[in-house]
Amino acid sequence: MSILIDAKSKVIVQGITGRTGLFHARECKAYGTNIVGGVTPGKGGIHVDGIPVFDTMEEAVRVTGGNVSMIFVPPPGAADAILEACEAQVDLVVCITEGVPVTDMVMARQVVADSKTLLVGPNCPGLITPGVCKVGIMPGYIHKPGKIGVVSRSGTLTYEAVKQLTDAGLGQSTCVGIGGDPIIGMKFIDVLQKFNEDPDTEGVLLIGEIGGTAEEEAAAWIKKHMRKPVAAFIAGLTAPPGRRMGHAGAIISGGKGRAEDKIAALNDGGVIVATSPTGMGQAMQKALEQA
Amino acid sequence: MNIHEYQAKDILSTYDVPVPRGRVAVTAEQVERKAKMMGGHCVVKAQIYAGGRGKAGGIQVAHHPEQAREIAKEMFAKRMVTPQTGPEGLKVRRILVEEQIEVGREYYVSIALDRESSRYCLIASAEGGVDIEEVAEHSPEKIHKLLIDPYTGLRSYQARKIALAIGLKGAVAEDCVQFMLNLYRCCIEKDCSQVEINPMVVTKSDWLLALDAKIIFDDNAVFRHWEYHEMQDFSQMDPLEISAAKFDLAYIKLGGDIGCMVNGAGLAMATLDVLKESGGEPANFLDVGGGATQEKVAEAFRIILQDTDVKAIFVNIFGGIMRCDVIANGIIEAAGDSGCTLPIVVRMDGSKVEEGKKLLAESGLNVQTADFLGEGAQLIVAMLKEAEAAEEAE
Repeated sequence: MSILIDAKSKVIVQGITGRTGLFHARECKAYGTNIVGGVTPGKGGIHVDGIPVFDTMEEAVRVTGGNVSMIFVPPPGAADAILEACEAQVDLVVCITEGVPVTDMVMARQVVADSKTLLVGPNCPGLITPGVCKVGIMPGYIHKPGKIGVVSRSGTLTYEAVKQLTDAGLGQSTCVGIGGDPIIGMKFIDVLQKFNEDPDTEGVLLIGEIGGTAEEEAAAWIKKHMRKPVAAFIAGLTAPPGRRMGHAGAIISGGKGRAEDKIAALNDGGVIVATSPTGMGQAMQKALEQA
Repeated sequence: MNIHEYQAKDILSTYDVPVPRGRVAVTAEQVERKAKMMGGHCVVKAQIYAGGRGKAGGIQVAHHPEQAREIAKEMFAKRMVTPQTGPEGLKVRRILVEEQIEVGREYYVSIALDRESSRYCLIASAEGGVDIEEVAEHSPEKIHKLLIDPYTGLRSYQARKIALAIGLKGAVAEDCVQFMLNLYRCCIEKDCSQVEINPMVVTKSDWLLALDAKIIFDDNAVFRHWEYHEMQDFSQMDPLEISAAKFDLAYIKLGGDIGCMVNGAGLAMATLDVLKESGGEPANFLDVGGGATQEKVAEAFRIILQDTDVKAIFVNIFGGIMRCDVIANGIIEAAGDSGCTLPIVVRMDGSKVEEGKKLLAESGLNVQTADFLGEGAQLIVAMLKEAEAAEEAE
């Protein structure tokens, strides 16, 4: 079992004929993901690697029965792609694109929130159910099927975490990169809720970073509702305030968003927090043992 | 992206937000001329990319044009240090000369992003002209917030509630409603992540004005506002940060002696954390992007080498899909060109790891490789110490 994506997921790639879109569509397909179609306006009717390309999401969904969309559309059109996927009523939209304007996302997120579609991202690595389905840009080989759920605001730091889990013999149920932007679709709590309900997830590793208060909100939620052990790591303990650390959302401003506060909140919520990024796998092990 | 106060006021006045009359100047002589234009009596305001100017002498009243020139001379001559600039301070290259306003009362108004609700938020307080974060901490009840529905935008009746809540009445309250609606329109149309007016003032003759103004543009939206690029004042930024931005690299100078190059922001932050934990001091944050190319790696390496504080370099690339031989070639290209002899530790993961390691081993550089993050951090700290000890022995 897993959350959000499984063997039945039928994936449509928006922006499939772009360099990045095509590269990752191929990678996902090679991993075993059922890529049923792609969308690139103006290129409807052609096939790439045997995958049919459509002009619109509406047509792609109607013809292929796709229920998951993965977006590689460049920033100016990314919010439009999210809205189009939402209108086509797919279950899940995964927006990989980095650099989507905030005003676009404020609007798009509201539309998504009022629909039945779930959004992961933007500015995220996507998600993977190891050995079954990959809807994202992460390297498949570091993952191993298992019982740990991973949720993270980061990309490559998640790979580091997953590698540590795999090295420690802890496989993963599903790994979700929720994205490093200030305005994103699913947040920590939305994903934690899914893991809480998933019978095959036995523990969760949460990877946060400086900026905003999403980790504090998650900590409060965990304290109240989480029935499974949670371990965590927060990046940016040594980051200077007032500077945007790469991710649009990773900034300590107005005394808010500091790593110390997030760690304290998570500790208070009963979460085992790794003090070093080299100890994420161990923290998860400890959390499982204590449970 | 930051802009100066005078630029923010220019933009706001196109949205019918009232601001004081003012002119910008780049020499002390110009300041004197503009001061004459204002009638002699004026406010001389240093334009820097940081707050806290008032206490640092960056905002001064001049009673006649000659005095304005003297104040300007002083401002241009030294670096301005405020709590937000860091100890090295910022150069003053532009000065705003403004008419002096007879202030009756000061307020705070801003539009900012509220991440929790994923909406823009109107924030206002009757405590203006002071640090709003301190107000939020000590008397949160004095801050009024309104989350703005993206479908409807900010409506007059909503703004009116806020205007009344901060104690405005009658015609001035209605002026404030317009003021707030205009701020919101500006924020959305100009793709701002923040528009802050601190203080907004009611003058002694009951007019509403934005006495100060701060606008931060959303970096992600610069592509649809080409004019923003021209508005940047490069004198306010670190030269290395400017060259990094040209190559789409996120670089922040930090002050230590171990240069860092990492792919991905989260991993880059974690790498700094682990370096500090191992007893090292990172010289910079540098994210080459999740999927770094050979060119980007080479360019990032050159930028690190330009920082003369750097005595050792730690590279941490978790590529996965990326090929390690390509990354190794990028490092060899940049380090080789510059004749770099500094100790380097490269930790990489991805395809073709062995090929990458072999290339580095045969490169003739002072380089070692590591398989794990912690191991790599400890190794570079040890190599740096060794190099320093060797230097002292000489």
